[in-house]
Amino acid sequence: MGAFIGLFRRDLRLAVRQGGDTGLVLGFFVLAVVLFPLAVGPEPAVLQRIGAGIVWVAALLAALLSLDRLFEADYQDGGLDLIALSSLPLELAVLAKCAAHWVATGLPLALISPFLALLVDLDPAAISVLSLSLLIGTPALSLIGSVGAALSLGARRQGVVLSILVLPLYISPLVFGAGAVEASVAGLGARAYLLILAALSLAALAFCPWASAAALRQALE
Amino acid sequence: MGGCGASRTIFRSKSPGALTGLARDLVAKDLACRRGERLVFAGLSFRLSAGEALLLTGANGSGKTSLLRVLATLIPPAGGRLFWSTVPIEADIAAYRAALHYVGHQDGVKPGLTPRETLAFWVALRGLGAGRASLLLDEALGAFALETVADWPCRWLSAGQRRRLALARLVSSPAPIWLLDEPTSALDRDSQLRLERAIVSHRASGGVVVVASHTPIDIPAAAVVSLETFAALPDHATVG
Repeated sequence: MGAFIGLFRRDLRLAVRQGGDTGLVLGFFVLAVVLFPLAVGPEPAVLQRIGAGIVWVAALLAALLSLDRLFEADYQDGGLDLIALSSLPLELAVLAKCAAHWVATGLPLALISPFLALLVDLDPAAISVLSLSLLIGTPALSLIGSVGAALSLGARRQGVVLSILVLPLYISPLVFGAGAVEASVAGLGARAYLLILAALSLAALAFCPWASAAALRQALE
Repeated sequence: MGGCGASRTIFRSKSPGALTGLARDLVAKDLACRRGERLVFAGLSFRLSAGEALLLTGANGSGKTSLLRVLATLIPPAGGRLFWSTVPIEADIAAYRAALHYVGHQDGVKPGLTPRETLAFWVALRGLGAGRASLLLDEALGAFALETVADWPCRWLSAGQRRRLALARLVSSPAPIWLLDEPTSALDRDSQLRLERAIVSHRASGGVVVVASHTPIDIPAAAVVSLETFAALPDHATVG
């Protein structure tokens, strides 16, 4: 347990100190959302219609942006050897790193999403649903992304390989996340969508650490 | 001699520091290692009893790092077995990993952390309690003369200081098996002496150490093995 907390705290500390990760992700998120009204025009009707989708797609790309660093730095500097030899099973080490990644990226994304919702003129009633959907859905993004990050370790254009591996797997969280907001705008109630989103995150929690750990073992050989 | 087949030699190193009683031996039987298509070495056997040291030599690419990574369980061997305290390591891999320290080529030092934080993290990774750990932490920093830089960010450290930090891990959490890959690289004379002293006291307390090095390092009564002896394929780069 001490090892789990130690790894989680170190990753979080590094994310805070290097500052890049969280700042970069949030900056990208805001910019990506801001670009859409400039491209499709400022008509409120259009923006309201596609707003939730814009915010979700931007959040997804922003989360992806920081994923290539999840294992890469430790892989390059030999730290991954030490993690593999530690008292912590590799599956739990992956979980600790994903948890730190989520706190450093997914959580801030969910927290600033209400401001971006205002920017795309989202129905005020749906703003809380948007934040909630991001809060529930972003753990799945970190966990699924960890599999891609582990599989693409050592690849020459890691960022590109990672995107191609991971983006297709992000379709389900995207559909149900954006769907939750749409449903609440349409007055249908977002509960079912949010529950499915939670199920996706839980399934990712159960499956992804194993897959990532297996990929990491492969990379370490 | 009929070609360059695997030679099989079992050797024992005799060290005056060997303690008897505890059967804490590291035993390799017929180890082989494959990297991709290439069999790097084969038929390698040794027995290291408490207090004994093994010095690996051999040209670049002869498999020193591969052997250390096999011993560290980071690479599964292509053949042969490893025993720790007479138990095959597969039987309790967690216990074996807890018993070993591996210091590889790379230091694993993060530029954003201080040496003290780095060391505390490494100690935490091994699952040691915090109370004992903080005591050993200062001892470890002292053993490699890192007290003055203990609270600087590691990005300010020189290559030698980073190396010393990686080596301080050995002292920060005691473990009976030390696997050191080129531990003297980037070290100055004084630091190398500190490392040699650390190895001496480790062996005196019954630990074993396997060192790969091609720079001279003073390890008294160490068994020396050249990995070229165990090369499994005809090697083009013959060494005189």
